[in-house]
Amino acid sequence: MGKVNIIIRREYLTRVRKKSFLVITILAPILFAAVTLAPAAMMLLPDDERVIVVLDQPDILERWSGNEDVYLQYANPQNYTVDDLKAMIKEDDKFHAALFIPSGETWDPDFIANNIVFFSEGDVSMNVESVVKDRLQKQLTNEKLRVLGVDPELISGSKTTVSIRSIDISKEEETETSAAPKMAVGFIGGMVIYFFIFIYGGMVMRSVIEEKTNRIVEVIVSSIKPFQLLMGKIIGVALVGLTQLGIWVLLTTILISAISFFVLGEAMDPDKIAAGNMPNDEFSSALLTGLDFIGMVNFPLIIACFIFYFLAGYLLYGALMAAVGSAVDSETDAQQFVLPVSIPLILAIIVMMNIMTNPDHAILTWMSMIPLTSPIIMMARLPFGVPVWELLLSMGLLIVFVVISVWVAGKIYRTGILMYGKKPTFKELFKWLFFRG
Amino acid sequence: MLAIDCQGVNKQYGDKLVLDNINLAVPKGKIFGLLGPNGAGKTTLIRIINQITAPDSGTVTFFGDPLKREHISRVGYLPEERGLYRKMKVGEQALYLAQLKGMKASEAKKRLKYWFERFEILNWWDKEVQALSKGMAQKVQFIVTVLHNPDLLIFDEPFSGFDPVNANLIRDEILEINKRGTTIMFSTHRMESVEEICENIALIHESKVVVQSSLRELKNTYRNDSWEVEWQGLQLPTSWPQGISLERESNTGDARVLTFKAVDHGAIPELISSLMATGSVYALREKLPTLQEIFIERVTTKSSYHG
Repeated sequence: MGKVNIIIRREYLTRVRKKSFLVITILAPILFAAVTLAPAAMMLLPDDERVIVVLDQPDILERWSGNEDVYLQYANPQNYTVDDLKAMIKEDDKFHAALFIPSGETWDPDFIANNIVFFSEGDVSMNVESVVKDRLQKQLTNEKLRVLGVDPELISGSKTTVSIRSIDISKEEETETSAAPKMAVGFIGGMVIYFFIFIYGGMVMRSVIEEKTNRIVEVIVSSIKPFQLLMGKIIGVALVGLTQLGIWVLLTTILISAISFFVLGEAMDPDKIAAGNMPNDEFSSALLTGLDFIGMVNFPLIIACFIFYFLAGYLLYGALMAAVGSAVDSETDAQQFVLPVSIPLILAIIVMMNIMTNPDHAILTWMSMIPLTSPIIMMARLPFGVPVWELLLSMGLLIVFVVISVWVAGKIYRTGILMYGKKPTFKELFKWLFFRG
Repeated sequence: MLAIDCQGVNKQYGDKLVLDNINLAVPKGKIFGLLGPNGAGKTTLIRIINQITAPDSGTVTFFGDPLKREHISRVGYLPEERGLYRKMKVGEQALYLAQLKGMKASEAKKRLKYWFERFEILNWWDKEVQALSKGMAQKVQFIVTVLHNPDLLIFDEPFSGFDPVNANLIRDEILEINKRGTTIMFSTHRMESVEEICENIALIHESKVVVQSSLRELKNTYRNDSWEVEWQGLQLPTSWPQGISLERESNTGDARVLTFKAVDHGAIPELISSLMATGSVYALREKLPTLQEIFIERVTTKSSYHG
C-alpha cells in the first residue's frame, strides 16, 4: 500500500500544482456565479431615464408620465406640429425620441393604432418602444371598449389568474411539488457527472499514454505492480476531481451568497417583497420559487448519490480509458477506442435530454439500472424520488461493474503498457485478458 | 552461488512461444551477458527476473530463494525502453523513483547528492527533464537504476543511445560497481559491445538458449588455430614452415596483416624468425572467433541439422 500512496501523491500533486488547474478551479466558479447572477443583476440596474416628447392629438395617453425608464413630455397639439417635434429632437440632446399620435379625421382607434410614429436620431431603444407600445395598446383597447359601450372596469374585474398547486401524495405526508425545478436539478446532476467522467477519464487516459510515450512505464513497473500503478493513478486523479469539485462548491456558494447579499440585497429585502413593490415582479417570484423548491428536493440524498455515482462512474470509465491509453502509442490512435467506450455515456445524455419531461418513462428506469448509463440517468431521476430498492439495485450493479471494469482494465493495461509499435485490434485486446501476469 | 537460476522457464503470448524451456545460471558477483538477436526472447526473460511478468511454468531463484515480491528492491533495472517524465524536475523525479524502489526520502536524497556530485550534474536538480539532452537524461536514468545499491543490476541494451564518451563513463561505473560485489547482467543484440567485459554469457536464439558458458571456455572451444601477425617488409618468405598455411593478407596502414592457420603451434617461432629476416614483426596474436562468429556458426549448424 505504501508504494501506491507514493503514486497517488505524485499523480495528485503534479496536477494540483499545475497553473492551469489553479486557473480553471478558481475562474470556473467566478464565471458560473457571473453567468447565474448577471441577468438578475442587470435587471436591477437603473436605466438612464429617456425623455420622449409626445404630440398626442387624440389625448389617448391621458398625459401619462411614463415609468422609471421613460419620461414622457407632452407638447400641446394646438401649438406644435410634427415638424416642430422633429426639429426639437434634432436641436436638443435631452430628447431621446419624439412620439407622434395622430387623431385622424374620425378619431377612430384603429386608425390611430396604425398611424403612430416614433421619430429619433438613430434607433429608439427597445425598452422604450415596448413600454410605450404596451401603454398605447392598453389605452386604445379601453378606448375601443368604451366605443363599444363596455365599461373597461368590468373587463379588468373579470380577469382571472389561475395558479395550480401540485401535491405529491405518494408519501404519507402530502408534499408540495413542482416538476420544473426538479427537472433542473436532475438535469444539472446528470450533466455534471457526464462532463466529470469525460474530463477525468480523459485525464487518466492521457496520463497512461504519457508514461508510455515517455518510456518511463517499464522503469516504474520494475518497482511496483502494473495494477498498483493503475490504481494509484486512478485514485490520484479521482482526488484531483474531488478537490476541484470541493473548491467549486465552496467558492460558488461563497460567491453567490456574497453577491446576493450585496448586489441583490435590496431585492431580497423581505419588507419590500411583502409590500409587493418589487422592481420586477417576475424576477422576485422566480427567486421565491427557488427558495421554495429547496424544500421540495431531498438535497442530502442527492449530494450523497452524486458523490457515489461520480466516483463509481468515474472508476468504471476511468479504468476503461486507462486500458485504452495503455493499448495505444499516441492520443490520435486512442480515438478509435475512445468512441466505443463512450457511446453508452453519450446515449445516456441524449436520452436524458429527450425524455426528462417524463421521468417515469420505462427507458429511464432501465437505463438507471444498467451500470454503463446509470451514473447519469439515476442522477436525473433522483430529484423526482426513486424507490429505495431501485436505488440500491442500481448502486449494487454499478459496484459489480466497477470491479469487472477495473479487472479487465488491469489485464489489458499490464500487457498494453509494454507493447510498442502496432496498434492492437479488439481481438488482440480480448486475448490480452487471458495472458498470464 | 548463483544470483539467478532459471529452471525450465516457459512463456507463451497467445500462440507465440517466447521462451522455450530456458535454463539460465547467472553466477553471483560476475558480469553476465545475455546475448541474441532482437526478438529472441531476452527482454521477456529479463522482465520475468524483474517480476514485471511471470513465467507460465518453470522456477526462478534469486540468490538461492524462490523469486518473491520483496526481491524487487534488490534489483536495479535499466530497460531498453527507458525514459523520464518530461515535465518533472530532475531531482524530484529521481527522488520519486528511488522511493518507489523502497528507499526513504532522506536516504535517497543523500545518495542522490553523492551521485549527482560524482557526475557533476548537481546543477540539474531543479531543471525539468525536457530541458536535458538525451545523454544527460541517460545519466540520470543510470543513477536512478543503481541508487539503491541493488545486489543485481540488469541493463537491457545499455549502450544504445549513448555517445562514446558517456558510454565509456557508464561502462567504467558499472565495472566499479561490479568490483564491490554487485552481479551485473547485460542484455544486448550487439555482441561486440560487451565482449570484453562479460565473464559469462548465454546466447539466446528463437526462444531457446543455444550456448551458455564462461566466455574463456567458449572461446577455447571455438578456437580454430587462426593467428595473425603484423609485419612490414618487402618480400614474403618463399616457403612456409611445416604445419602453417597462409590464409589471407591485408594491408592496414603501414603494416601488412597476415592471417594464417597453425595446425602445429610449435612451428610458429620458425615462422616469426623467417619473417623477421625479411622485415619487421610488430605483433603476433591468436585470432579467436568473435561472439558474433560463434553465434552465427552455432545457429547455422543447428538449423542445418533440422534442414
